[in-house]
Amino acid sequence: MSSNVLHKPSNKKLGRRKAKQTLVAYSFIAPNFIGFAVFTLVPLVFALVLSLLEWDGANPISFVGIDNFLRLAKDAQFRRALYNTVIYTVGVVPLTIVCALALAILLNKNIKGRNFFRTVSFFPYVASLVAVAAVWNFMFSPVRGPINNFLNAFTGIPFEQLPGWGASKDWAIITVILFTAWKNTGYYMVIYLAGLQGINPELYEAAEIDGANSWNKFRSVTVPQLYPTTFFVTIMLIINSFKVYDIFINLFAGGDNQLSDATRVLVYQIYNTAFRSLNFGYASAQAIVLFVLVLIVTLIQFRGEKRLG
Amino acid sequence: MVKQNRKGIAGRIFIYILLVILALIMLVPFAWMLSSSLKLNKDVFTFPMKWIPQSPRWQNYIDIWKKIPLGIFIFNTSKLSAIVTFLQLITSSFAAYAFAKLQFKGRNALFLGYIATIAVPWQTYMVPQFIMMSKMGLNNTHLAIICLQAFSAFGVFLMRQFYLGVPDELCEAARIDGLNEYGIWAKIMLPLSKPALSTLTIFTFVNTWNDFLGPQIYLTKIELKTIQIGLRMFIMQYSSEYGLIMAASVVALIPVLIIFLSLQKYFVQGVASVGIKG
Repeated sequence: MSSNVLHKPSNKKLGRRKAKQTLVAYSFIAPNFIGFAVFTLVPLVFALVLSLLEWDGANPISFVGIDNFLRLAKDAQFRRALYNTVIYTVGVVPLTIVCALALAILLNKNIKGRNFFRTVSFFPYVASLVAVAAVWNFMFSPVRGPINNFLNAFTGIPFEQLPGWGASKDWAIITVILFTAWKNTGYYMVIYLAGLQGINPELYEAAEIDGANSWNKFRSVTVPQLYPTTFFVTIMLIINSFKVYDIFINLFAGGDNQLSDATRVLVYQIYNTAFRSLNFGYASAQAIVLFVLVLIVTLIQFRGEKRLG
Repeated sequence: MVKQNRKGIAGRIFIYILLVILALIMLVPFAWMLSSSLKLNKDVFTFPMKWIPQSPRWQNYIDIWKKIPLGIFIFNTSKLSAIVTFLQLITSSFAAYAFAKLQFKGRNALFLGYIATIAVPWQTYMVPQFIMMSKMGLNNTHLAIICLQAFSAFGVFLMRQFYLGVPDELCEAARIDGLNEYGIWAKIMLPLSKPALSTLTIFTFVNTWNDFLGPQIYLTKIELKTIQIGLRMFIMQYSSEYGLIMAASVVALIPVLIIFLSLQKYFVQGVASVGIKG
């Protein structure tokens, strides 16, 4: 009884302190959360609703259910965009991983000028895309560009038989894959460097005692030890490749910002449907496809991370 | 012993040759850009090319300012990048402090909301976001870009990770000394979190500076454009002015390269830590 009497006021006090603390905590979160809720959460929910509507922003809205999604299945342009995005992803992921890993291994060695080389390989990543894409287009220009002139001078192959790079249908995807790998390798190299520095040196010493050469050490220590890093890099590369837009526009589009069938990608299709055809509902249905694709990859990542610990 | 040494030296030379080739691949486009920016249009594509033009045409760097409002583009981009970065740092570290150091109802649920959206690409909700912003009258305003960039879940996540590493005892001691929570944030947490703040600064600044699709959607008036879409407009308009295009490209690269070179250490640390933690 007496203990109850003693506790009651302190409980009340405690409750009031708790309430005050909660209020203080909310005041810390509010500035960010309000902006985040208004400009991210609400549009996100809105996107789901919008995908079931037909709306051009001006005329009355009509509810069309899953019609937008059914239309997607028959849309040749959309399927082409999806196809190009997948091909691009399939090219970018392995090429970037191989380049980034090779560079990281070289730059993890104790050599002179290491910091210089690290900085240099990061340059393309921070450089403005519009500027470097313009240079690439000039350098890879089929007849005038220095690349094909160089190839022509050294191999004697006539210009008509040399790759047309970004200007040709067949070479466009290869060109953009090379460009993307060139631009982003430095970023993933840094992630690999961190991974390499996390490997216990004793593992290499033990392998050496067993008589392993450099290749053996790479195969039986470096690669398995870097497995979590490679997994993470792969996931990031896939998601970033799905989201690609600006690279394609800057390498391939003219003044009207239009892409042809050979180079259209998913986000371009969303942009075009929404802002050129003013079909917000149909554009959102396409956006939901992107969302689901990224969600699947993210779920794979969660499961993988759990397994890898 | 001698044999092994010789093998070591040969290996070392091989590594250096490989590195030089890779560095060349990384740098040649920039060198070509710089070289062409000092040439007449007719000399840009001569082959074999001259890396150093006989009479450098500095005039290109004067002409570009007259052909396009490059100064306005750079001002707009700097303004946007600075405001977005400032808001991002303040609101993220503020929110992160609550998530890392305060006990309150709904903390986990709110944080889960943040985490869940980190993986959602902005492109999935850019259309409804545009509709909303237009209804708010924000189309063709810089405020639209600021609202779009300044409140990311990523910033809160990054800062929270850092604050979790700060011992709770430090906050307790400060509370006993009479500091309130705002005081602890300002006097203890902020000064301690310089590395994380630097990482967030450079990520946000470079992202905003180089953003393309956001400004393309929202900023259609010339006087509002950022350097990226302004430069693209220029390239499309004067597509055969090779020397001028390259000069404008060099100008567009310089600010972000300066930021990168001066904050490089934090950038590399940031990429590495984000990479490790996932």
